[in-house]
Amino acid sequence: MARGTERPLASPSSQNRERVLPVSPNIQIYSPQLTSVLSFTHRVTGVLLSLAAVGLVAWLIAGAVGPDAYAAVQGAISTWIGQIVLFVFTFAFFMHLCGGVRHLVWDTVHAFELRQVYLGGWLAVAASIVLTIITWVVAYS
Amino acid sequence: MNRKDMRSPLARAIGLGSAKSGVEHWWAERLSAIALIPLTLWFIASIIAHTGSDYAAFTEWVRRPYVPILMIALLITLFYHAALGLQVIIEDYQHSWAKLAMIIAAQFGCFILAIAGTVATLMVALGSDKALQ
Repeated sequence: MARGTERPLASPSSQNRERVLPVSPNIQIYSPQLTSVLSFTHRVTGVLLSLAAVGLVAWLIAGAVGPDAYAAVQGAISTWIGQIVLFVFTFAFFMHLCGGVRHLVWDTVHAFELRQVYLGGWLAVAASIVLTIITWVVAYS
Repeated sequence: MNRKDMRSPLARAIGLGSAKSGVEHWWAERLSAIALIPLTLWFIASIIAHTGSDYAAFTEWVRRPYVPILMIALLITLFYHAALGLQVIIEDYQHSWAKLAMIIAAQFGCFILAIAGTVATLMVALGSDKALQ
């Protein structure tokens, strides 16, 4: 059986019919919409927060090792790169939190109308921005 | 599909597919998500309250009785939720041996990080750090 030979879909040759099954359109075809962008954002922020969790453990281990290790980690966090990373993590946290609340609402079979889905999506984006700014303003004041 | 396969399409399909064990994964993801809402908000609020504080303030904070309880609860729930979520992402984009290897790596990684964070928290809480001896 020839492998990977390109044949027109219209001629179902019994030889390699299953090799060239059509694939449904995916993200490379669709133009971005709020719904799909937020769905993808939820995954990306989830992965980012997994990395943040590694940082949390590093911070705790430094605390257990002693004051020098703790000061080294605190010093790394207080550099401008560390502050940017922490800011991105903060925003990722609130995006994932708001996105997660949206999912929990959907799990109760509510807010499935297109209007509500878009309203909830923009609310999640707005709330994440506001909560991130509030967090940083309160932390620095 | 092998042409030599004499089984009917129905016989091939039975036993495959969803509706077997997906519900537990889905439910565990939701439960851990609900638990993480108060735990993460407590953690963020605590971090805000301790911005710029030194090592003595950090150890004083961890030694309050409720802090290790909430911190360890946060660590376990967080890494459980991370393992479940990462598994879904890996299953969607990776296949065959790569999928299996990455899921195992993610789950082992989350498991060991949860233990490491818990032990570190207990070491500070129970005062076995060198600074205050």
